[in-house]
Amino acid sequence: MSDRCAGSELDGFRIGDRIHSGAMGYIYRVDGGDGAFPKIMKVPRVGPGESGEGVISYETEAMVLPALSGPHVPRFVAMGNLSKTPYLVTEWVEGESLQHLINRGALAPDRTASLGSAIADAVHSLHLQDVVHLDLKPDNVIIKADATVVLIDFGLAYHAHFPDLLAEEHRFAAGSAPYISPEQVLGRRSDPRSDIFSLGAMLYEMATGELPFGVPSTMAGLRDRLWLDPVPPRVRSPSVPPWLQEIVLRCLEPDAEDRYQSAALVAFDLRNPDQVALTARARKSARAGLLEQTRRWWRTRDRRPGPHALPKSQVSATPVVMVAVDTTHPDDERQPALQRATAQVLSLSAEFRLICVSVIRRSVAAGGAEGGESASGAYLDHLVRLRHWVEPLHLPPRRLSLHVIESANPEGALLEFARRNNVDLIVLGAPHPAQLGLAWWRSIASGVTANANCTVHVVRVPAAAS
Amino acid sequence: MIIALLSDIHGNLEALSACLKHADQAGAGRYAFLGDLVGYGADPQAVVDTIARYADRGAVVVKGNHDEAVEKTPRYMNESVRAVIDWTRQALSDDGKAFLSSLSLCVRESDFCFVHASAASPQRWDYIDSAAAARRSIEAAQVIYTFCGHVHDQELYFQGAGGKTMAFKPIAGTPVPIGRHRRWLAIVGSVGQPRDNNPAAAYALFDTERERITFRRVPYDHIAAARKIREAGLPVSIAYRVEKGI
Repeated sequence: MSDRCAGSELDGFRIGDRIHSGAMGYIYRVDGGDGAFPKIMKVPRVGPGESGEGVISYETEAMVLPALSGPHVPRFVAMGNLSKTPYLVTEWVEGESLQHLINRGALAPDRTASLGSAIADAVHSLHLQDVVHLDLKPDNVIIKADATVVLIDFGLAYHAHFPDLLAEEHRFAAGSAPYISPEQVLGRRSDPRSDIFSLGAMLYEMATGELPFGVPSTMAGLRDRLWLDPVPPRVRSPSVPPWLQEIVLRCLEPDAEDRYQSAALVAFDLRNPDQVALTARARKSARAGLLEQTRRWWRTRDRRPGPHALPKSQVSATPVVMVAVDTTHPDDERQPALQRATAQVLSLSAEFRLICVSVIRRSVAAGGAEGGESASGAYLDHLVRLRHWVEPLHLPPRRLSLHVIESANPEGALLEFARRNNVDLIVLGAPHPAQLGLAWWRSIASGVTANANCTVHVVRVPAAAS
Repeated sequence: MIIALLSDIHGNLEALSACLKHADQAGAGRYAFLGDLVGYGADPQAVVDTIARYADRGAVVVKGNHDEAVEKTPRYMNESVRAVIDWTRQALSDDGKAFLSSLSLCVRESDFCFVHASAASPQRWDYIDSAAAARRSIEAAQVIYTFCGHVHDQELYFQGAGGKTMAFKPIAGTPVPIGRHRRWLAIVGSVGQPRDNNPAAAYALFDTERERITFRRVPYDHIAAARKIREAGLPVSIAYRVEKGI
């Protein structure tokens, strides 16, 4: 009944070719409706003899997708009434699926990292909207020509603002066996770190060409990932560098607490391999021994879901904080104030990443006319000062990274760096006393405050009372 | 059509006025008052008068256990509540008392059931405090949408495709699609005495065409409402609850 003929019309949409027919329903190309972009219509299988799975997935997607925005999801166009003519019209995202890409074989480590960070950005943008995808797999990752990643198919998604229609349907809500997290195996659907596990499974596959847990077909097989760790990627493919193994295995930790706590942190590490803090994971050359597996198995027996938190609040409990340090004026009186403010901000979160950035003018960095050695000398000099600045905060290396950026446009460089690294909060100083003659709106702090897409904390040393 | 759903007003005129104004601005075309118009608060007569005016213009009004207690003090109520009921009885006009006693326990329309407690046995004042209790009410109501109060916290129950009834804690201000292909039970929260550590008044708006319900929290002058309770000589603990939202 729900299959439709090409050429027919429905609510102003002209039905084109059927491009998919599956257990859940049908997908057609359609014309019409608002917006000059290609569109598809999803129609669930309904009627006697149908399982009802397609309808619930359809209903979930129809509830979640209109509430989403941003460049990492297909645009919602229209939907029909479920009790009359159920359909969902969305943007058709032009691009190549990750599945298509990895069918051609494993990717080089730098390609895995660049593509992986783009996927992590997309996942982070969902989590910030209080949504957990729960069906992340290469088929659902579309890479557009401009390298933006769009995540599709929200039929199994969880949106914290809406009733979870799939809560009772464990038997098919589980998602795709090779990629789903241990929590999903146990029927828990509200943890954004489940998506980080699936991201880890995709990174594993991209880096090695193989699946970390194979394709289990039984519940017992699925439950293996609650205590079994995968064969280390470097064993499968020696070309995988230790930092990539560290990232992949941290995403795939059976206990969500041991994984990255936000996808932004995964993206950051993938973009900054030299800043990844290597642990025993990076050196692992075999699966955990029987004793360790037994210990984990025992632990999962009484694992209970933790307290329920909104995905967004869980993610924002693990912020990426960027502090802009002026290493050109290391003795400036604002430096201790900036240190105190940074320490205060960090004391509010147990899990965070602090990015210390110094922007040095290119003319300064270039040194003499010959550049070369003296330029890198200046760069190192500033890096040393940056390290010296942050030392009093006593941060472990895994929470910290240092960056000296050469740019003639400090404001633009800070903004671009913050945007690219999903920074949640920028801490920086108010104008230098030498700049006081300038209007406030001409300072770097004012430009960053006006144009950042995150919170900005401007630190000022109060002038002595006259 | 947008229906404003207000319950457990409990004689709190400040909270009621704030919610009615909010609902009017949100475009409400119809009103339903889900019981417990009086009890606890210092303005039972003004609240009853206000709601009686809405009833004259077609609003649905059902009876709550506190409204019933004005007629006949039940045994289950504790001493401080009993003191409030005695006070309320003398604060109400004969017309006000007659209005309360004229109310039905449950009003059914084609798609809707309006009731204070459970539609399974409205006169027993059972709390909908679990999915099982919600299921009993939904099945007794035999309609798509059951709206109730009695429990003061907002909650949305729904029936899954497998027949299981599940609970959802709504987020105030976010419209939730509640399509006609399932059965839903909404506890709309308390206008006059919220108990979730948030003193803001609670109610809900149901958009019949778009099939969406939006749970709302409306800040109002709860300090003034609490002061009136003290000034009326009612138990201090009740004023404290209104102040803190507990």
